[in-house]
Amino acid sequence: MLILECPYCGVKADETELHGGGEAHLKRYGPGSSDADFEGYLFHRKNPKGVHFERWRHVNGCGKWFHAARCTATLEVFGTYPAQVTAPPKALINKIKKKRPDWEGWT
Amino acid sequence: MRRYSAFAIAREAARYHTGWERAWRSPAPKSDYEVIVIGAGGHGLATAYYLGKNHGITNVAILEKGWLGGGNTGRNTTIIRSNYLQDPSAAIYEKARSLYETLSQDLNYNVMFSPRGVLMLAQTQHEIRGYQRTAHANAIQGVKTEWIGPQKVKEICPIMNIHGPRYPVLGGLWQARGGTARHDAVAWGYARACSDMGMDIIQQCEVTGVEQKGGVVTGVQTTKGRIGTKKLAIVVAGHSGVLADMAGFRLPIESVALQALVSEPIKPCMDIVVMANTVHGYMSQSDKGEMVIGGGADGYNNYTQRGSFHHVEETVRALVETFPIISRLKMLRWWGGIVDMTGDRSPILSKTPLGNCFINCGWGTGGFKAIPGSGWGMAELVAKGEPGPLTAEFGLDRFTQGRFIDESVAAGVAH
Ligand SMILES: Cc1cc2nc3c(=O)[nH]c(=O)nc-3n(C[C@H](O)[C@H](O)[C@H](O)COP(=O)(O)OP(=O)(O)OC[C@H]3O[C@@H](n4cnc5c(N)ncnc54)[C@H](O)[C@@H]3O)c2cc1C
Ligand SMILES: [Zn+2]
Repeated sequence: MLILECPYCGVKADETELHGGGEAHLKRYGPGSSDADFEGYLFHRKNPKGVHFERWRHVNGCGKWFHAARCTATLEVFGTYPAQVTAPPKALINKIKKKRPDWEGWT
Repeated sequence: MRRYSAFAIAREAARYHTGWERAWRSPAPKSDYEVIVIGAGGHGLATAYYLGKNHGITNVAILEKGWLGGGNTGRNTTIIRSNYLQDPSAAIYEKARSLYETLSQDLNYNVMFSPRGVLMLAQTQHEIRGYQRTAHANAIQGVKTEWIGPQKVKEICPIMNIHGPRYPVLGGLWQARGGTARHDAVAWGYARACSDMGMDIIQQCEVTGVEQKGGVVTGVQTTKGRIGTKKLAIVVAGHSGVLADMAGFRLPIESVALQALVSEPIKPCMDIVVMANTVHGYMSQSDKGEMVIGGGADGYNNYTQRGSFHHVEETVRALVETFPIISRLKMLRWWGGIVDMTGDRSPILSKTPLGNCFINCGWGTGGFKAIPGSGWGMAELVAKGEPGPLTAEFGLDRFTQGRFIDESVAAGVAH
């Protein structure tokens, strides 16, 4: 069972308490953008087999959205962090790099 | 290839079964092919088969990283139906269903197609309206389905409790010629026929890179070395994103786990397939007597081919109200597959940004039923380089144009 720590309440919650929200840090495109950018924002996903940054919501807890870094091939969780950022924290990226030297990094 | 027949069984019985030949060859890869198909699941194999049968292209290799049929094709719960809402879906799924009717004869391989009937239960007012609408749509599309009331439901499936306290059965959408088939046999039957046409099925051969020059594919890197090709068809279901990444483009696809389980075998008690979309569960009985049970997909990106226990518990809990008979059955096996989900829950059969590369994916939780139709359409796309009537609406460009084939409402549950 997948267990993530909510960065707001500090609760270690299992997946029955959480709701997945898909890929994190998408760059928003709206009116005025090209069709290709808008399509990419709406539909294209990295969907990697490996390190994935994603959104989660602590639905049956504090109700807030947060971020998690997780490996989709092993289900290993690297860490969680609050929602109010547009990129993963440096420290977390370094931590993942150390564990996965082959990882291409956050792009 | 020696044909299978009653006579062949008698002949082999008389000589202690020493004369059976291997169903398909396992050759080493040649240096070049006219077409390479990546993925020996049902869709990849059917694509290759119809390339040969309908278009005369037999210089084909099918590359498979594991064993053929070992992906979702060998992990699915084998429901076959074509009662979809949108016209393009009805067309390709009904083409597939009708090909299933005669597939055993066509392949000379018993795929055990069993048109036992598929019933989709309505357990809310919303579902009654939804399924009546689908029944009308199906009538116009020429797909034979029927809206039936609760008494008829009870008649065709006596083990059902239609007076459940939370979700009483209010009726259902009935497709009498829907049913099931044997999943492995579908993969094996196509594989045998492909091999017989001279195609090379190469197992334990993982594609690790897509080689390209000036916007066209020239070959693939594999764990068995480089193999050149004039055309490439990517048909890898849950791994579509990984292959697209190798080829340098992105897809509107996310890979998630879908699980299923079977109970211990019991005496025959149910001779149709029942889907209950409101409570997210479906059930049929296998020829061995096991109750085959599935539900919705797990809620996050996952490549591990296993899911979570609570999800399976949810599915079974939901079904117990409608089928009290299963409450004390023991679970025998439980497994997962990685399914490729699109936003509109419809597949992608499309050209790609690379001129001679085509992709068939996005079948998600419901592509077993589509294998023959998908292979038929995909073969045409690969052979001619342009989509035919079956696949025209399923291109990647529908996401740029907002021209969705929205089946997410019609099928609330994985299937
Ligand atoms: C639990 C479950 C229940 C389901 N129930 C139903 C149902 O009742 N009815 C229904 O219609 N559908 C159902 N489905 C969906 C159905 O199984 C799939 O849509 C269908 O089997 C997909 O077939 P495919 O040939 O596209 O993929 P697969 O059978 O997954 O084949 C893809 C192949 O590509 C190979 N591959 C991947 N990467 C590489 C690489 N790099 N190099 C070489 N080979 C590679 C894989 O090993 C795999 O064998 C279910 C699925 C699951 C998981
Ligand atoms: Zn919280």
